[in-house]
Formats: sequence, C-alpha cells, structure tokens
Amino acid sequence: MRPVYAVSGGVSKFAKARPDKTFQAVIKEAYEYAIQDIDLDFPTFTRLVDGSVASYFSDHFTRQLMAGIMAQDYLGLCPKPGHRVEGGGATGGLCFQEAWKSVASGHMDICLAYGFETMSHVETWKGNEFIALASDVSFDYPVGGFYSGYYAMMVTRHMKEYGTTVEQMAHVSVKNHINAYHNPYAQKRNRYTIEDVRSSPMVAWPLTRLDICVMSDGAAATIFVSEDGLKQLEDAGAQIPRPLVKVTGIGRGTDAMRMADRPHVEYDFFMENYATEQEKASDDTKKYYKKLWDGGTRYPGVHSFRAGRAAGNMAYQHAGIDDPIEELDFIELHDAYTSSEIQTYEDLGLCRYGEGGAMAVSGEVHMPGVDYGHKLPKKPICPVNPSGGLIACGHPVGATGLMQGVFAIWQLQGTIEKHFADKTLQVQDAKRGAIHSHAGTGTYVTYSILESEE
Amino acid sequence: MSKIPTKREETLGGFIVHNIPFPKETDPDALAFLKRMAPIQIEQPYQITYLHSYAQDSPWFAGLTNKRLLANQDPVDGYTYANPRGHDMYSGAETEWIDITDRAAKVHAFTVCHFGSEEFLPETPFILALIEFEGVDTLLLTRLTGMDPDEASLDWIDMRVEPRFLRNSKLKPTDVYFVPAE
Repeated sequence: MRPVYAVSGGVSKFAKARPDKTFQAVIKEAYEYAIQDIDLDFPTFTRLVDGSVASYFSDHFTRQLMAGIMAQDYLGLCPKPGHRVEGGGATGGLCFQEAWKSVASGHMDICLAYGFETMSHVETWKGNEFIALASDVSFDYPVGGFYSGYYAMMVTRHMKEYGTTVEQMAHVSVKNHINAYHNPYAQKRNRYTIEDVRSSPMVAWPLTRLDICVMSDGAAATIFVSEDGLKQLEDAGAQIPRPLVKVTGIGRGTDAMRMADRPHVEYDFFMENYATEQEKASDDTKKYYKKLWDGGTRYPGVHSFRAGRAAGNMAYQHAGIDDPIEELDFIELHDAYTSSEIQTYEDLGLCRYGEGGAMAVSGEVHMPGVDYGHKLPKKPICPVNPSGGLIACGHPVGATGLMQGVFAIWQLQGTIEKHFADKTLQVQDAKRGAIHSHAGTGTYVTYSILESEE
Repeated sequence: MSKIPTKREETLGGFIVHNIPFPKETDPDALAFLKRMAPIQIEQPYQITYLHSYAQDSPWFAGLTNKRLLANQDPVDGYTYANPRGHDMYSGAETEWIDITDRAAKVHAFTVCHFGSEEFLPETPFILALIEFEGVDTLLLTRLTGMDPDEASLDWIDMRVEPRFLRNSKLKPTDVYFVPAE
C-alpha cells in the first residue's frame, strides 16, 4: 500500500434542520471549504481529482434513492468514478477508509470523500423509527425498536458487571458539551452540569436526553492524496499546510446484527483472540481479567463491542502502537451515547474492560485548560472528543465519521484556531490522533490512525 | 426528578396554501431578490405494505401461536440460539428446532423506554429485556411486564422470569413476553 495523506477537509454547520439548501448544496459547502482551504479554485480541483466516495446512511430520510450520484453531478465530478458506501453509524468512517483505500491501492492519486445526512425531513420519533429499522425487522424492531433502548440495555449490563454509574456517564456528557462550547461547528454549545444531565427527561432508563446525541442535517468532506497527487495539487498552486497528515493505521470490525446473538467467550479464548498486545503482556492484567471471568463476566455479550476491539487491535498493529493512551494525543470517538463512549474506552484499550467508568471521571480523557465545573483527580493524557463529539456536534450519520476526520486533520496540522476562531481545543503538539466510527449496536466499527509527518 | 417540559412537541400537519408570494414582474431586481426567499417546504406522505416472509424462521412464530417457545440448535456441538437461526454461525450446519418453553430463564439486561420510535410511542413506558435461558447460548429480546416502570433497578437483572403468550396471536415476536416467575 502507498502512503496516503489527508490534506484538507471541510464541514458544513451541523443543525437541527437545513431547509435552506438541498443536500447537494450542503455537501458543496463542506467541499468548497476543503478546496479553498488549500487555496485552489473549484474548476482546478475538479479537473485534478480522480474520483470520489459518497457516504450517507439512509435512503428513507431523503426519500431519494441514488442520492450519491445527485451529489456527484452537483459537484461537477461526472464522469469521474464514484460510489456510495453505507454501514449505519459507521458510514462516514467506512467512507474515510474507502477513500484511503482508493489512493493506497494506486487506483487514484487524488480522492474526495464526502458525506451527508438530512434527518430533519421527518419528525424526531419517525426518525427514531427509521434508525431502528437498522435492527432485525423480524425479531428486534417489532419488540419495540428504539436505539436508545438498545444502548440502555447494554449499559445496564455494564453497570451490573462493572459497577459503572450514571454519574460517570453524565461526566462524559458534561465533558463533550463543554468542549463543544469552543467549537463553532457544533450543533449544541451548552455548559451543562452533572445535575443537568441527570435531571433531563428520562428517555430509556438510565439514559436521559443529555446522554444521547441529537439528529442533525449536515455534511463533511475530506481530500486524500498520494505523493504524486500531492505534487499535482501543489503544481497547480495548492498551499498544503505542513506538517502533512498521513493515515498510518486502518482497522475495522463487525458483529452480529442482533446483539442477543453475540457470544459469551471463555477467558482463554478472550486472551488469545481479543486481548490487546499490552493486555497479553501484563501478568497483572491477566489476573484482573481472570477474576472478572471467574465473577461471571460475559464477553463481549451485550456490554462490550467486539467489533470495536477488533478494529482497534487491527489499527494499532498497522500503525505500530503498543500503548494507545500514551501514544495517541487525542481521539475523536463515536459517542452517540455517553455509555458507548465509556464502553469504547475499553474496546480501544485505553483502559481495561470494567475500568471505563472510572476513566470517564479521571480527567485523563479531558482537555487541558478547559474548565469543566468540577475538579478532576488526574491530568489529561489523551483527550477524547476534544471537538465535543456526536453528543454536542450532532450526528448527521453519513457526515459524522468524515467530520471526525476533518477535525483530526486540523488538530494534526495545528490549525484548530484558524478554523474554530478559538485555540482552546487545539491539542498542543498533537502528533498522532485517531477517529472511531460505530454502527448499529456495534455491528460495524472503523478506527483510523492519523499522524503528522515530521 | 425529571424536569417538567417547557416546550411543546412539534408535529407536521397544517393548512393547505393556494398561493405562494412571488414578484409580479420578473425584472432583474425581482429575480435577484429571489435568492433571499425562504424555502418552500411541503409534506410528502409515504405509506407502503410489505409482504414479509419469515421463511425458514416461520416455525418459531407458529410455536408462539401455540404457546411454545422454540430455539435452534447446532446438531453437532449443541450450540443453542434463543433467536431462530437456520444455520449455525460456527459450523455452518443447518440447525434443529428444540422447545425451550419450560427452561429456567432470567433477566440478563433491561431498560424502561419512556420514549420510543413513532410506532411504539403510544405504548410507553414499556420494559425491554434480554432474557437468558438455562442451556441456551444466546439471549432473547422481549418485553417484560409485571414490574413498575418507575421503580427500575439493577436488581431486576438476574430476576427469574417465565414466558406468557398472547391468546390472540399477532404473528410477531411480541406474541411472547415475560413476567416475574411465580
């Protein structure tokens, strides 16, 4: 595979509704931002780009099949190659990786990834119904299909087995909302307290409205290039910021659509097949896990995302990462629910299974220099969702994973202040970051590592 | 305590409009002004009836109508699925039907849905639960009744439960539901 650089990106404003523009025109906002940010004009970039990958989750929301080609022609990319990818909440992450693949494989030198979702065309509870159709329509949906309910069930099991608390989950909401206060792209920029989170309306016990991301309209775009593609853009006058941002790790995993069908593996099987290299190397951790299994832990069961663990292990191996929390400077992580952020700390090996709740209140995943309204016992090590994540930025599904990619590019370029008009969320000296995209109840998970080149 | 809502729920529906404001003359100034026009939004109703086949899983639904809860089992190693599954995910072998109606069962995980998808909103609050059965390797998603939705507690996990069946089958997975065991 050839080296691939993510050289630019753009994000439209995420909003509850964007009736002012068609989805194609919203995509163009993000696309033009990405082009203009490297000082190219529309005709020049359109001439140079080799093709695209389109990302959107649901045909139901737009009531439009083949929306991707409508975007492709609106952006003036016909007759260049393009295709649509879809994988639930991970659609944007899959798109990011497919565009990477187009360049890494040598098929393209310059590839555009763009994604969108327009979720405002139906009422909220109908939107929830559409999303719930991403569960088995014979056995799961008819019982009371509701994704917040599915995630709430998962976390009750996490709470029972590991002692995770609702207050720990509320800390995630407070962290991400307060981070987003400094992000002008975020849909929700509010300073909440733990009490606010717990006293907001109960949606699915124990998850309240502020534990859950909102529906959004929005788009995002990212430009990937090979070394030859980089030269082509620069020869045409592009001003590509240094350091360059290189994609150095790609991981993906899957799991059964019906979470009820997921296995409960034995300790030895877990250690051999799912433990991180760091966990395998630690006698203390092996003892810790043995104790968990002796106490009845069911892995992955419904409380852990095996797909996330598989994606993490694959990406870390690709990027040569042994100790993720120490070797990553930030992670943009798929926090559709506060509970899933905690579960994902564990899947990605930032801590051991069962320790995610404690990590959420430790301060290790918070941004330095931001006032969260309460004292945190430890110093930040690896900020998670410095942008505010899905909970605060919004979750226009097909755009979300690419939005994470754009924010990661800006972090690694050191250009957050330029794009946010606020330097608070710039992770100082960020050299390596990761983006994590997650579908369904953990059915598809993508994890990509980006690094700034010395 | 939850806060009392201060915002009314938004709904679709409204008046039919027979005229949209538009310049009387399409002179350059008027045409340029059109870029400042607010978007027109219309309602597009969409309804469809699917003929959905339960296919090889049909016996499971037939079982529910006859007050029996079936499961699928791998004929080689006995791996057992609470949800119907025509082929085992490990051996690839075609599974057999077994009857688990009288197996000991308990709550593995649960939630109380105070909101829901549009179709289920009128039924809120309702309890969703994942049930584990003795000798069965996977779980079953179902409704749990007989518990107070306002008294949700982690103590409900591991509670012994037993199946009940609708007398008037709807040929849906909700033809079976669970209640605390007597």
